[in-house]
This record gives sequence, C-alpha cells and structure tokens, in this order.
Amino acid sequence: MSNTAVKDVKLKKAKKSGKAKLYNRGAWIYALPAFIPLVLLSVVPLSQAVWTAFTDSVAGFDVKVSFIGFENFRRLAGDTLFWQSFKIGIIWAVSVTFLALFLGFGLALLLNQKLRFLGLMRVLSLVPWAMPPVVVAIMWSLLLRPQSGPIVDLFTALHIPGAKTDWLGDFNTALPTVILIGAWVGMPVITVSILAALQGIPTEMVEAAIIDGANAWKRFRYITLPAIRAITSALIALNIIWNFSSFGLVFVLTAGGPGGKTFVPALFAYNEAFKYGNFGYAASMGVVMALAIVGMLSIYLRATKKEDTQR
Amino acid sequence: MSTTSKQTVVIAVEKKKRKYYLIPTYIAVVFYVLFLGFPFIWMFSTSLKTPYELLQLHPSLIPDGFYWQNYIDIIEKRGLINSAKNSFVIAILTAVLTTVFTVPAAYAIARLRKVFSGVATGWILISQVFPVSLVIIPLFMAVRRIGLLDTIWGLVLVYLVASLPFALWMLKGYVSSIPVDLEEAGAMDGASSFQILVRIVFPLLVPGIVATALFTFLNSWNEFFFALVLIQSPENETLPLTLARFMGSEGQVLLGPLAAGAFLATIPSLVIFGIMQRKLASGLLAGAVKG
Repeated sequence: MSNTAVKDVKLKKAKKSGKAKLYNRGAWIYALPAFIPLVLLSVVPLSQAVWTAFTDSVAGFDVKVSFIGFENFRRLAGDTLFWQSFKIGIIWAVSVTFLALFLGFGLALLLNQKLRFLGLMRVLSLVPWAMPPVVVAIMWSLLLRPQSGPIVDLFTALHIPGAKTDWLGDFNTALPTVILIGAWVGMPVITVSILAALQGIPTEMVEAAIIDGANAWKRFRYITLPAIRAITSALIALNIIWNFSSFGLVFVLTAGGPGGKTFVPALFAYNEAFKYGNFGYAASMGVVMALAIVGMLSIYLRATKKEDTQR
Repeated sequence: MSTTSKQTVVIAVEKKKRKYYLIPTYIAVVFYVLFLGFPFIWMFSTSLKTPYELLQLHPSLIPDGFYWQNYIDIIEKRGLINSAKNSFVIAILTAVLTTVFTVPAAYAIARLRKVFSGVATGWILISQVFPVSLVIIPLFMAVRRIGLLDTIWGLVLVYLVASLPFALWMLKGYVSSIPVDLEEAGAMDGASSFQILVRIVFPLLVPGIVATALFTFLNSWNEFFFALVLIQSPENETLPLTLARFMGSEGQVLLGPLAAGAFLATIPSLVIFGIMQRKLASGLLAGAVKG
C-alpha cells in the first residue's frame, strides 16, 4: 500500500518536472520503421494520384506525361454529364446512409429487448456484412430477375400493384432499388454499433426514470437518444464517406444504367480511367469528389458541434 | 422499505404496459427476418436444387431434396478450390503485414499528440475520402513497373495500401483507450520505451490487434475491383473474381452451382463475424469516438 503511495508521489513529481513525459519522446524512433512502408505504400500513391489530376496522363506504355495545371478542372467544370452523375452520387450516399441508419437503429432497438427469436435475428443481422459484395450483387440481381425472379413472383402472389416491374431496369425504380440494396449492405455495422451503445445504458437509470414518472417517449428522448448521439454522428460521417466513393454494388447490379440513372461519380471516374484511359482527367474527378466530401463533412461536423455547445 | 416496494410496483406496471407494444414489435421482427434472411435462405435453397427443379417457372422455396451435386460441381470443375486458396493466402498475408506495420505506427500517432499526430490523422482521413478507384492508377503503373502484375504478391501489395490507413485508425483508437498512467508507472520503474511498448502496451492491445487483423482479412477476402484490374490469368484468380466470371458467362444457366459457390464464399466471413461481432463493431468506431 505504501509502495503505491510512494509511486504516486514519485509520479506526480516526475510529471511536474516533465520526466514522465520524457520516455514518450523516444517512442517515434520505434515507429519509424513502420512509417517507411506506410509512406511508400500509402502517402506516395495517394500523392501521385492527386498529382495525376494536374497532368494529361493517359493509358499506355511510354506515353509522355506533362503538367497542364488546372486544365483538367477547367474542362471538368463544364462537363454536364459529370455533374449529373455527381448529383446522383450525393442522392445515393445520403439516402443509403440515412435509410441504413433508420433500419439499423430499428433493428438495434429490437435486439435490445427481450424477445423470442433473438438469437436467430442476431445471426441474420450479420449476414449482409459477412457476404462478399460480389455475392451480394449476384444474389440480388438473381432475386430481382424481371421475368421469373422470386421477388416478382412474391409480389405477384401478394397482388402488389406493379409487381412485374423490372426493378433494376426501369428508369423510375432503378436508383431507389439500388439504394435499398445499399442500405441492406450497410445495416449491420450500424446495428451492431448502436446496439453496443444501447447496452451501455445502465438499467438503474431507466428504472429511476420510470419511478420519476417519465413515459416511454420521454425515456427514449432523454435517455436513449443521448446515449447513442456520439456513435450516430460518427456512423453518419463514415457511411457518407464510404458510400460516396463506393461503386462496386452499382457496377455489378446496373453498371450505371438504365440511361445513366444510377451512374454514381465513382463509377464515372472509374470508366473514364479504365474504359477510356484518361488517367489525368479521371484523377481530377477524384480530387473534386474528395473536396466535396471534405466540404460536406465539415459542414456536418460544425453543425453537430454547435448542437453540442448549445446543450 | 415500503417506498422500495412501491417503486418495484411502479416498475412492474410500466413493464406490463409493454404488452401493448408486442404486436407492432413482432410485426417489425417479421419484417427484419424477411428482409435480412430471405435472400440468404433463397440462395441456400437454390444451391440444393436439381437443374430440373430450377427450370420450373415458379419455384418453391423448399427444395425437393438435398442435391449436393451443385457443390461438388462448383468445387471440382470450376477451380473454386484454387481461387479459395489464393484468396486465403492473400488475405492472411495482407492481415499479417498490415498488423506488423500499423501497431508501432498507431502507438506513435496516439501518444505523440503534436503536429506529427495531426498530420498523420489528416492524411488517414484524406486517404479514406479519396476514391480508391483512382489510387489504383499510380498503383497499377507501379505494380507493372516492378513486374508484379498478375501475381498474388502484387495484389497483397495493393491491399496493404488500401487497408493501412483504416487499420491505423482503428488501432489508434485502441491505443488511446489504454491509460497513459500505466505507461508512466512503467517509466517510473525504469522501463525503457521499447520495454514499455512490448511489456505494457502490447498485451493490452491484443484484442484490438485481433479485431484489426480480422477486419483486414475479411476486406481482402471479399475485395473485387483491385483483383479485377490486376489479375489476368485464371490460376491467380481470387474467389470473388471466379464467382463474378462464372455469373457473367454461364451463371444464368447454371444457377445451382453459382448459388452453391456464393454460399460457400460467405461461410468463412460469417463464422468470423459470428464470433467477433461486438469486438469488430466497437473497434471500427474506436478511432472515431475516442478521437
């Protein structure tokens, strides 16, 4: 006992004199070997990708690359096709994120109660996450087959109007359908994270609120919501980043069609680079997308911060 | 005494009220079970159907019997074993190398809260924001230059690039959750900074390292686009590539084997997730919430 007390005193003294901090100063030397591959494997390619945006680089061997300044960006500013795709990208990222958040939050609330079939639901809630994206895309495109797919069959049997729609091929339904599948994929991360936060709420707190006469809505408003605030804003930010720059699902499901209705900007840039070989121009799209995300996030983060300080 | 019993009664009454919510609750349960489970069950059922059954215009969800031939087909004739082996080797190598590179770096970033840490964090964020499909351009050229195009090592290299930033972010969160006092106490007892890292930080970090490694493993196991761009010969194909190629060429015809392959590809991840669900989710966001 006295030993720890002595140590405490020692520690405090050391902290005052800055001695305890001293050991930290040498730590970066051990991290140095780790940063060399990190710089080579991540900082360098990323910087190269950004640099490419300012060049006229195209695909092919031994093509001379020259610096052209902001020429790519000037061209991009007038590229209406890209901006249309950009709009679709924002709709896609925001809708997928909030739909997945809504569905995932609902599922987390259910999983947090004492219900039957809870074990089954827990396993099922992980399925979309565990499934390789290619398998997800293959599976949904088979499920949604226009003529004889099981979903068309199911909707026909239930006499749902418009049951025979070609969900992924129709101009009006393609984007909403892809968004729904995107939310299906994005749900598990959200569910499990929110569930973890919900389970961190002490039962005594809820019981005390009941005794004080708080009804279900008030308990939800003043206990549940504050408990998941931090995790929810982190989830929103991360999911918007991920969804805005992802195109795998769309690529396999619709390849941007029909008529460009699901042509997200990440796919647009991918095509520009690997279909048409315009590396420089494609890279400038990437830079614009990155800037757009940073812009959206800073607005979002400022808004959540403001809310926090108002509390 | 009487107040506590009164309180218990209040709580019991409130809990009884829950019965009114039961019907909508179970409607929601049914919705979620169908929404999440139906596609998966349908795929499993399809994988057990005979070609004749699959040709029926309105197939039932329950297969007539267990037709394992689809599984034998996809494994023996379609080279699925070889691609699964490739995927496994690539995912393991990526996970191990990522961990080796990120653990010390994450420690440095989390503990040295100065300019250096700010720069590193900013760069991690930028690398998440920048569309990965474009980082592949310089990577593709670099991999081609060093002669690793269409090889397993080339793909491992690219997956390393893709997974380092996020792994670093995850681990940084775990390091931040270890109290600095422990390390300071170690320093007081005369441990060198290397000893502190190995004896104090590392053991506490093991759960975080496991979560990070598994997350990296799964991402590489599932990854499709880098493989599509970098791999050309069938003997180097990864599992998602083989499945996608199969889907494109003859999948509509050979639905059974395709469903069997898709089902098999899901199992490893499902097992890992089943075991690790809580840890993975908290790990994913450790970096976000703990700063």
